[in-house]
Amino acid sequence: MGADESASAEAQPAMIEVAGLTKKFGDITAVDDISFSVKRGEIFAFLGPNGAGKSTTIKMLTTLLRPSGGSIRLNNLDPTKDSLAVRRSFGIVFQDPSLDDQLTAQENMDIHGALYKVPPKERREKIERLLKFVDLWDRRKTQVMKFSGGMKRRLEIARGLLHHPTVIFLDEPTLGLDPQTRNQMWAYLQQMNKDEGTTVFFTTHYMEEADRNAQRIAVIDHGKIVAMGSPAEVKASQNAATLEDAFLSLTGHSIREEEGSKLDTMRTAMRGFQNRRGGR
Amino acid sequence: MGTIYIMWFRAMLRYTRSGPRIVAALAQPVLYMLAFGYGFGSIYRMAGQGNYLSFLAPGILGMSILFTSIFSGMELIWDRQFGFLKETLAAPVARINVMLGRTMGGATIATFQATIVLILAALLGFRPYDWALVPAALGVMFVVALLFTTLGTWFAALLSDFQGFQMVMNFLVMPMFFLSGAMFPLDHVPRELAIVARFDPLSYGVDAFRALLLGPSHFGLGLDAAVLIGVTAVLMVLASRAFSRIQA
Repeated sequence: MGADESASAEAQPAMIEVAGLTKKFGDITAVDDISFSVKRGEIFAFLGPNGAGKSTTIKMLTTLLRPSGGSIRLNNLDPTKDSLAVRRSFGIVFQDPSLDDQLTAQENMDIHGALYKVPPKERREKIERLLKFVDLWDRRKTQVMKFSGGMKRRLEIARGLLHHPTVIFLDEPTLGLDPQTRNQMWAYLQQMNKDEGTTVFFTTHYMEEADRNAQRIAVIDHGKIVAMGSPAEVKASQNAATLEDAFLSLTGHSIREEEGSKLDTMRTAMRGFQNRRGGR
Repeated sequence: MGTIYIMWFRAMLRYTRSGPRIVAALAQPVLYMLAFGYGFGSIYRMAGQGNYLSFLAPGILGMSILFTSIFSGMELIWDRQFGFLKETLAAPVARINVMLGRTMGGATIATFQATIVLILAALLGFRPYDWALVPAALGVMFVVALLFTTLGTWFAALLSDFQGFQMVMNFLVMPMFFLSGAMFPLDHVPRELAIVARFDPLSYGVDAFRALLLGPSHFGLGLDAAVLIGVTAVLMVLASRAFSRIQA
């Protein structure tokens, strides 16, 4: 990135400005008084162990959760007040599934395009291009429920790239993706970032991915930001050779339990419900 | 408008993929008409009330709409658990339009199902007293469907799991059906039951169907229509408020 380029980015208000952001769920503080800012056109990585508060932060930035405290400006708007205007600014690839699995791949893409008001002609062209790009074009008329986990993930990414927002959030986008797709996705995002100045905010567990793609990173642990800066700066601060070493020295070696298996509770409930339905 | 349409369209797409569910949803009304219609028919006739199947069929239409609509509305719980709801909540569209599209979709499906039930009832011997009023009956069916889809959506927006769904089915939907006069005339019931039935929106729906398909009515078609439209409007306000506050 050239010096004058960053200077002009400096002059504009930040794309994301977070101050004292806090989220409590009952007694648990998932996000604890964090502050950071992401410049326009920046590629920013949010790193942290499981349960550190990454997804919770993204949900607050994207109007899906109301903060317990602190303030957010996204594209100079407040997600808690101007939620619709904020939603017009961003795109998002969620960590957990968000597809309609009764519908086909193409129908999922189409509905997304309609919700995000991509004009029909452009929609058709981009859907074809993106589905080819994630190698699902031949399966476009297959119901998503028949897809493997990796195929669903690829479809989620293709869908997230269908419209071009000012800022795109990707919550562990490459989890479960093969290196080919991962590389293609990053090539696409880098291009979007360069051509359109799209701000990219992503989380990942692959340190190498963050090191390679992010201009700046923040490390979050137990709901607090423990390090922030360019990958080189974070490595230097911990005297570490790799970002992975730096990450481990910042967050320790103990393995985190992800907050309860919500999915399991749901499955049990589903089973109970189906029995009930069958009995009626 | 685009958002309402696309959410409605999605509901239609899903409906066309749910073959077994459609059949299951039709089996219940047919069973009720056969078992009760023929089973109680002779007693009803002996009591001097005429043809029970004719009396029952509009009630069964109400039952079909009630169950299909509540179920459609509460599909919101599925969408929340399986993630698709997030996709619509993060989209740059007004949430009220997302909700309206969903409820219109559910109501369309319930009306369509009820139309099939009406045809099946005709095959079993049910005859509307004036075929010219059938389109009006379909219109009222859509309003009743919209009412209960919105009710289901409202509950689903407040609840977050399937346990809550059980409670709604057992303590709200079943009583609403049985106390509505769908199965028996409200004209000579004990006062307590008559009072309860007055607070059950399905009573007015079933009564309107009878008014349009059979002629006589208990409350009068004007009151039926006023109550149905009024309750639907109030529920829309409640449901859209709850829906816009959903957090993912």
